[in-house]
Amino acid sequence: MAFDSFAAFLAMGGHAAYVWPAYGATLLLLIGVVLHLRLERRRLWRELRRRARRERRQAGDANREVSS
Amino acid sequence: MWAFFHKLASPKGFYAFSARLSPWFWAAAAVLIGAGVVWGLAFAPADYQQGNSFRIIYVHVPAAFLAQSIFVAMALAGLVFMVWKIKLADMAATAMAPLGAGMTFVALLSGAVWGVPTWGTWWQWDARLTSMLILFFLYIGVIALRGAFDGRDSGSRAASVLTMVGVINIPIIKYSVEWWYTLHQPATFSITSRPAMPVEMWLPLLIMVLGFYSFFIAVTLTRTRSVILHRESAKRWVRELAGEDG
Repeated sequence: MAFDSFAAFLAMGGHAAYVWPAYGATLLLLIGVVLHLRLERRRLWRELRRRARRERRQAGDANREVSS
Repeated sequence: MWAFFHKLASPKGFYAFSARLSPWFWAAAAVLIGAGVVWGLAFAPADYQQGNSFRIIYVHVPAAFLAQSIFVAMALAGLVFMVWKIKLADMAATAMAPLGAGMTFVALLSGAVWGVPTWGTWWQWDARLTSMLILFFLYIGVIALRGAFDGRDSGSRAASVLTMVGVINIPIIKYSVEWWYTLHQPATFSITSRPAMPVEMWLPLLIMVLGFYSFFIAVTLTRTRSVILHRESAKRWVRELAGEDG
């Protein structure tokens, strides 16, 4: 451990104003990228499933017309 | 063997293959970055000159590595797409671009906040900093250009050409610290010589760099899958996949 106390760790030897924003921005990017990936995939799947349902419905309608 | 590569280069084959591969890279990224952050922030010794602001190196250097590596990867993908017309290469390049832009931004930002206590300024129009800023604009340009065409193929070709031309900037970034007078220090790591830092300083850095590369591979595998589904949404296999899913 390079620090004597948790307070010293937070203070970063007077460099807190530089160290924490640099790490904060990096973690924000990493987390943001992961969240964006998940959101993007969820949206895409919703759209793909919607399309598949529509196609099935249309196919069903066509079948009914043939049988009647 | 040849058949394996052929299958892998097809979007459908890659979709199946990447699903099995990506969890390993996500896990490696989480473990390495988690360990690297704790080690770098709390356990690595402070620098005798810079004090604790030195710890910024553990996010700054990996971000700067990725910023450049991702652009090179995109340029190679662009070349494969243009020469062999392999669409998967273009899909991968599409998937990578935003992460590359983000990493360039973080490298610039972490460098700027590091510059304040170390150089007394957050910005200097010198060769290294300016060429990194140009890299950021190149990423934005590639992303914008791809979306600026009505036809997908035209956008992909234009983006590939811009990437292949823009990659000239990468050796300029690398050698900027040697060719011109600059505030920025020369490379921390090199293949030919031992690092100038003690082990307890460079080992966490190495772990962070490996973690960031794992993250890049994981993101690329995962996001390329989304790009594949999106672009192949009219194809039979994707429609069947969507139908099965409910």
